[in-house]
Amino acid sequence: MDLYGLVGFNILVGIGTIALITVGLGVIYGMMKIINLAHGEFMMLGAYATYVANTHGINIWIAMLIIAPIFVGLVGLVVERCLIRFLYGRMIDTMLATWGLSLGLIGLMTSIFGNDPRGVPTPVGSFSIGHYAASLYGFVIVVVAILALAGFYAMLSLTRYGLIVRATMQNPNMAAALGVAPPTIYMATFALGAALAGLAGGVLAPISGVSPVMGAAFIAKAFITVLGGGAAIVTGTSLASGLFGFIDTFVSFKSTPVIGEVALLLAAVVMIRILPQGITGRFLRRSL
Amino acid sequence: MIFRKLKRADSAGGIWGPVAVVVAGLVLLVGAPMVTGTFGLLQLTVLAALAIFALAQGFIWGFGGILCFGQSAFLGLGGYAYAVGALNMTDTTGAVALAIIVPMLFAALLGYFMFYGRISDAYIGVITLTVSIILFDLFNSTSGDIYHIGQAPLGGFNGIPSVPPLNIPGNPDAQLDTNGLWYAAMGALILCYILLKWILASRFGRVVVAIRENETRAQLLGYDPRLFKLLTFIIGAGISGLAGCLYTNWGAFISPTVFSLTMSAQVIIYVLVGGLGTLIGPILGAVGIQYLINVAGGQHVIDPNLLLGIVLVAFVLLVPQGVVPVIRAGFRRLIPAKQPSTTLAQPVSQEASR
Repeated sequence: MDLYGLVGFNILVGIGTIALITVGLGVIYGMMKIINLAHGEFMMLGAYATYVANTHGINIWIAMLIIAPIFVGLVGLVVERCLIRFLYGRMIDTMLATWGLSLGLIGLMTSIFGNDPRGVPTPVGSFSIGHYAASLYGFVIVVVAILALAGFYAMLSLTRYGLIVRATMQNPNMAAALGVAPPTIYMATFALGAALAGLAGGVLAPISGVSPVMGAAFIAKAFITVLGGGAAIVTGTSLASGLFGFIDTFVSFKSTPVIGEVALLLAAVVMIRILPQGITGRFLRRSL
Repeated sequence: MIFRKLKRADSAGGIWGPVAVVVAGLVLLVGAPMVTGTFGLLQLTVLAALAIFALAQGFIWGFGGILCFGQSAFLGLGGYAYAVGALNMTDTTGAVALAIIVPMLFAALLGYFMFYGRISDAYIGVITLTVSIILFDLFNSTSGDIYHIGQAPLGGFNGIPSVPPLNIPGNPDAQLDTNGLWYAAMGALILCYILLKWILASRFGRVVVAIRENETRAQLLGYDPRLFKLLTFIIGAGISGLAGCLYTNWGAFISPTVFSLTMSAQVIIYVLVGGLGTLIGPILGAVGIQYLINVAGGQHVIDPNLLLGIVLVAFVLLVPQGVVPVIRAGFRRLIPAKQPSTTLAQPVSQEASR
């Protein structure tokens, strides 16, 4: 019974982790149809921001929940202005450019901080499920993931900015004719996606450790989840995170984390054969 | 899109360009061992292996229009297949065959799901990228005695050391030395170039290019784009596997880093810098970029990843069609009268693709 409790908790944390690492990518892809191959490196920057802020004596919660997203959001803003905006409508070129950005950021951070991994302390302790000990930090991840998705959903459906964003997504020309500047919306959206990536990096830093190549550990899962989810950002990310998080954690528990990742990939490859547009390409098409 | 700028580049189908390339390659093949020493020859050998890898990527991307971001998966599978085969068999000829067949089978399986699912180009890029990342993780996790195939331990992050070198087919004792490996690698490069030129000149190759230009129209003419793309993908995988086999031979060693993102990115950069839609471009791109990396790595001025990133971003923004097409177009503008055939042929080809 204890074991089931532990596995259930781990599956929950696995789903939360995948949702958290995917939501930033999903925002940028869902709204702008840009696949940001530097997503993992944005997360890496968030983790480094948390690490640097923490070593300078700033409270760890403030570092990971506020400083990391703001810093990476600003980086995203600069990247959009200097690179992405020249490439709108050229999807493949955007992917190549963000891949170049990804390599450049890895190289830059290696030059500054070196290759050795740094650590960020885990701010909360553990609790017990029967005989087993589980980290309370898992709850933090799940809560942050839920808050990020719910906050984004509320922003899209309740605020005026959300309305404008949805209008620009559906028909940029019509939105422009009604007085909205799509470039500004794209800029803000890209910065928002980057900030969410920074948040994910900051929150996951205590678990994963901080190193220039840490992004590669996450992006495979994030890409699979975005493709699996389809165009609707919140619904797609939630459903795909649930499905893939369950597969990943369950198979990892039965064998090893790497086999779990392979199972994830196999599930995704079979799924694109059945649902090429992702889950929300066929079901719940009108959701956000 | 990049491809729109390419139509001119590959429609010029003179016979003399490829012949000149092959002759230059043969001169290099024979001449290099006379000019340079062992060290230089080893450097050239790895360049030849990487150039074959770049050819494969240039073929499926530049002509097939398939955006494979994880070509290193096939390089790595080829390398591992060779290492495992060579450690289990006395004659390495079978291992070479394995190095080509295993990636092709893998590509057939993966390609079936991708192309028959009719997913978009961007999705293909993401899926192939993901596959290479996961193969990297998978091979990294194979340390320990339980992970072995026959007599070959997979060795996890440390890889497989002391892989037996190539031998003359049918004679396991006649192992190739440095010179022999150079002849094999450079010979393979020339053969791959000729093979791809021949494929592109054939009916099959023309359909492949037609699908890249306009998939719907090709389909309406009765060609199945899914099948042609799948076959193109498989051919690319086989050639990448051969490159992996030679790459393994060069160091007598293979480790999971062949699957790394940097490897996949490098081959994309070779092709993009050299020129999409050409075959000589990727070869020159491989040589040029590797030279840059060696210089940067040797002097510790700039991190190689940073350098690759800057090159990639700069070319996407400024020279998206690559160096060779730009130079070719420049020559055509300089001496238009000397090539009446291409200028005459051009409007026809444009009409055909309109």
